Amino acid sequence: MKQELKFKVNGEERELWIDPKTLLVEVLREELGLTGTHWSCDTGACCCCTVNVDGMAVKSCSMLAMQAYGREVTTIEGLADGPTLHPLQQAFIDNWAFQCGFCTSGQIMAANALLNENPSPTREQIQLQLDGHICRCTGYNMIQEAIQDAAKRLQKSKV
Amino acid sequence: MKNITNSFEYFSPKTLEEALKLVSQFDKEGKDFKVVAGGQSINLVMKQGVIAPEAVISIKGLSDMDYVKFDEKAGLKIGALATHRAIERSSVVEKKFGVLAEMEHNLSSVETRNWGTVAGNICHGDPGGDVAPVLIVLNANVKMAGVKGERTVPAEDFTLDFYETALAHDELVTEIQIPTVPPNTGVAYTKFSQVVGDFALASVAVAITLDSKKDICSDVRIGLGSVAATPLRAKKAEEILRGKKITDDLLAKAAQAAMDESDPTDSVDASGEYKRELVGVFVKRVGKEALERAKKA
Ligand SMILES: Cc1cc2nc3c(=O)[nH]c(=O)nc-3n(C[C@H](O)[C@H](O)[C@H](O)COP(=O)(O)OP(=O)(O)OC[C@H]3O[C@@H](n4cnc5c(N)ncnc54)[C@H](O)[C@@H]3O)c2cc1C
Repeated sequence: MKQELKFKVNGEERELWIDPKTLLVEVLREELGLTGTHWSCDTGACCCCTVNVDGMAVKSCSMLAMQAYGREVTTIEGLADGPTLHPLQQAFIDNWAFQCGFCTSGQIMAANALLNENPSPTREQIQLQLDGHICRCTGYNMIQEAIQDAAKRLQKSKV
Repeated sequence: MKNITNSFEYFSPKTLEEALKLVSQFDKEGKDFKVVAGGQSINLVMKQGVIAPEAVISIKGLSDMDYVKFDEKAGLKIGALATHRAIERSSVVEKKFGVLAEMEHNLSSVETRNWGTVAGNICHGDPGGDVAPVLIVLNANVKMAGVKGERTVPAEDFTLDFYETALAHDELVTEIQIPTVPPNTGVAYTKFSQVVGDFALASVAVAITLDSKKDICSDVRIGLGSVAATPLRAKKAEEILRGKKITDDLLAKAAQAAMDESDPTDSVDASGEYKRELVGVFVKRVGKEALERAKKA
């Protein structure tokens, strides 16, 4: 039997009726068409599907969508400001921090949660935040560089 | 098996009382139900189709259960909905129970720790969990509640078998209680896994209390993970150290005893024999670290 889910997605109030067995990633991709959140390993081991729930990095494949009731979910689609990419997105491009891009939205959403609470993380703090994220093409250096670069851009934009 | 295929009714009680009523009612009716906290373990089990409950009770939204409190007398109290992340980042945990924070750093990824609960971890009863061995050496108790009342069991008696715990069907864990660490005590924990944050192939926790001269080991507790059907207390190894001055030789003897006490099985990652070796190496290594910490405490 379907139940009502009310929550905020990328700043917008949403109300839908879902089967409670539905995972958050399914609601995002299949009900709301937000396919920027990728779904890969299926066992919670790759972090591709990471989104932010109330600002925290959480795996959307490992969470019942109903548990998002009354909460605020941010996905990769929620970062850009119109045509202007978010500094994290731009820094990933400028630092060649992806090739195939499959893991990228998860990496960026984990980084987003980190930068929200810690505007200038050390390299080690970035590594700790991302240690569950698996990338098969870039090697992780450029990703870490991109996040440090984004942190600088974000701080500059604030002064 | 990407998604959960069986449909269930979903309940999200707001208070512990409501939750306990539901649990007790469903239990009486013989309804196949499952409690979900963060779902970080149990959602996977549902995806795999190992269980297919008719009803799911999400306790994630219970008010007043998400806390980490400390006072010298009562010790540390971890509410049933406190996440791994809350423990990892609590300043009082860092100061008074540093080993808990160290353990959390290597438990899965930030994403799991943000949503998964410490209580859910032990309720899952996975013998490879990181939390139980540390709770065992910290002398923790697990508080449970049912409609009929409350009871408390020592952490070392909480897990009964692979994925089986002391919890009755109509009970919930409400709190984990950890007494203040005694003076002159050092505690350490190490896990060995193939990839950072993976489940341990073997893990060892040691707590050593020294006498007032910081010479003789007046008490010791050794907890092992991943090397038996449950997290294990290596009591024979402890006997070797208790009341003695701890030397490298004595630690080596204790390590051998702990290897004998463990009963690891072969798995895809490693043979049982290899895991047993790891126990020996870590009892020596972690024991030494705990000893050093006790001297500095
Ligand atoms: C990729 C991955 C890697 C992991 N790596 C590790 C690791 O290295 N070390 C480790 O220790 N753990 C690891 N875990 C497990 C993780 O720590 C646990 O999944 C998490 O702590 C469980 O908490 P939860 O709140 O999500 O529990 P849930 O999944 O919601 O519940 C687990 C079980 O406990 C029961 N339960 C939960 N809370 C209560 C309660 N208050 N009262 C009664 N019953 C309850 C549920 O009914 C269920 O049976 C990993 C998990 C994933 C997905």
